[in-house]
Amino acid sequence: MSAATPTIALVGNPNCGKTALFNALTGSRQKVANYPGVTVEKKTGRLTTPAGRSLQIVDLPGTYSLRARSPDEEITRDVVLGRLEGEAAPDLIVCVADATNLRLALRLALELKRVGRPVMLSLNMMDIARKRGIEIDADRLARELGVPVVSSIAVRRGGIDALLAKIDSAVANLPVAGAASWQVPDAGELRGGQHEADRLLRIVVRRSGERDLGTARADAVLLHPVAGLVILLAILFIMFQAVFAWARPAMDAIAAGFTWLGALVGAAPLPDLLKSFLKDGLIAGVGSVIVFLPQIVILFFFILVLEDLGYMARAAFLMDRIMGGAGLHGRAFIPLLSSFACAIPGIMSTRVIDDRRDRLTTILVAPLMTCSARIPVYTLIIGAFIPDRDVWGFVGLQGLVMFGLYAAGIVGALSVSFVLKRLIWRHSVGEPFMLELPDYKIPQARSLAIGLWTRATIFLKRAGTTILSMMVLIWVLASFPQPPEGATEPAISYSLAAMIGSAIQPITEPLGFNWQINVALIPGMAAREVAVGALGTIYAIDGGEGAAEKIGQIVAGQWSLGTALALLAWYVFAPQCASTLAVIRRETGSWKWMWVTFFYMLALAYVAALITYQVARAFGGG
Amino acid sequence: MSSKPTIALGDARVGFRGRIEALAVEGAGIGLPGPELERRLIELGFVEGADVELLHQGLFGSDPIAVRVAHATIALRRREAMAILVSAEVPS
Repeated sequence: MSAATPTIALVGNPNCGKTALFNALTGSRQKVANYPGVTVEKKTGRLTTPAGRSLQIVDLPGTYSLRARSPDEEITRDVVLGRLEGEAAPDLIVCVADATNLRLALRLALELKRVGRPVMLSLNMMDIARKRGIEIDADRLARELGVPVVSSIAVRRGGIDALLAKIDSAVANLPVAGAASWQVPDAGELRGGQHEADRLLRIVVRRSGERDLGTARADAVLLHPVAGLVILLAILFIMFQAVFAWARPAMDAIAAGFTWLGALVGAAPLPDLLKSFLKDGLIAGVGSVIVFLPQIVILFFFILVLEDLGYMARAAFLMDRIMGGAGLHGRAFIPLLSSFACAIPGIMSTRVIDDRRDRLTTILVAPLMTCSARIPVYTLIIGAFIPDRDVWGFVGLQGLVMFGLYAAGIVGALSVSFVLKRLIWRHSVGEPFMLELPDYKIPQARSLAIGLWTRATIFLKRAGTTILSMMVLIWVLASFPQPPEGATEPAISYSLAAMIGSAIQPITEPLGFNWQINVALIPGMAAREVAVGALGTIYAIDGGEGAAEKIGQIVAGQWSLGTALALLAWYVFAPQCASTLAVIRRETGSWKWMWVTFFYMLALAYVAALITYQVARAFGGG
Repeated sequence: MSSKPTIALGDARVGFRGRIEALAVEGAGIGLPGPELERRLIELGFVEGADVELLHQGLFGSDPIAVRVAHATIALRRREAMAILVSAEVPS
């Protein structure tokens, strides 16, 4: 066998507790990367067995069969079969099965045996099975199946030892890889496999198949046609409340930290250009992205808890028909929901959608959901132009406008997907909606912490690479050429950004945008909210305490209401986020879809702003 | 093997209990090609002889449905469930 560290692949059905087992085995010694060429996450970790052997563990995306249907499942198949370039086939396949739900897992185990690699079956969640009175004759199962079977309790460290010992002895006597006899199974083979799995179940399991009482009771309410939807909406409401309200103190603290850092650099005895690069380019740029970390962490906390609970599949069930009306798949619900915080994690989470077209539709419309980076811009303009009074006696007008902007984004997203599905892809077959509704489980704090940590590092890494380089580019555009000696205008007026701003003036004139707005839109490409800071620079306001308020006062004096409303309409639709476009490029694996997104959003933004400005002008708001 | 009267699971109501008699994926007017749909249904445990119970349904058009099939609960749309022919459990 290979002299290198032996590799063990974890394969199993979705929701079988595979990731919890992976976390228990590797703890924090795990890495998340991407498989080359595709965007499927590659989770690997190292561990040392009680016998002192060093092993590499790969956690593969959950699947019901090696017959891959989504990019995720293709990775599982290719890794297991050793087809992936640069990756040897695993030395041992551990098939992870939920002991309370063995039926589909046993069929998968039978299929895995045909791969020609050593296979071991790990019965996960034995503690829950025992509590429910399910008895499994593991020895008999091992004999019938012809592979070692071990019980493990992923959540308790002690439950892992038996598994490790078995892995140890299996790795010590690895057989020479047998011939792989796996072929894409047809319906007959699958059916035969399931019948064989059912036969095994009858022999080795007692009291299986009974519904979990707790799950049945919870579903009676949570999947109730009416009450279920109401509860889902309530959960979403709490989630949003949390993302916006709970994150506030942490975001303020991070913003203050970066302001302080900027001031520190500003006061340092450095050449002005270098100072500007550090302060306005690096610190302000990276700070404006990292400030969203608390929101992303809170959002993912909710997503991971709901996922681990087993609620996410229910949410997709409840929303399927509603989303289907707009040509979206039920599973698109979570990605679109995430996009309210930020389109980047939203687009990344579209990986759960099997069908390529369904996934593409979701990716294309996700940036239309109102992300948190739009909020500073909305707040600035609403604060400056919309009077703070109540309508109908109890609803704040400012809040109502904010709500209207959110609604416009949602309606926009649904309309675009409707058009895509009904007009452009109408000849394609509808992807069926089929998924397992797993039993509810209490999320494990440890798994949750590891999941959050992974998400946060992915986000920070991106802020440190892609977004940072964009920021530097935009700083260059906004800083060069340098103003001449004795310049009276703000420095940015002499820059490339200003030249571009003036050059596109004829195009944005009908929208009521002045050159200052045009210039602010350019750094706003890095991240939407940067436009606020850029406006500050252009109108020569020093940052720091109360800067946003001052900008508000100035724009209120300089812009017409029509211009302000048009800019709001622009921001609902415009593709003002280079990182989102970069993620679309990466996730779709093509420049084409990135440009499609860019231009359709640009067109929508232009038309929306044009109509808004012209209508406002007609009513005397120009 | 059996000549029991069957209905399509896609036509069943909440509370229906029965057994899968056959998968009839041809000409069911379904988006996916028949053999592909058949394989997907089997992978989720819909094979002949399995016990089914219709547990829940959605608000609009009573769609999708949640079905207990042997040991697991699977959500699917009625359109696809039309391919699953079931016989009603005879009350004993």
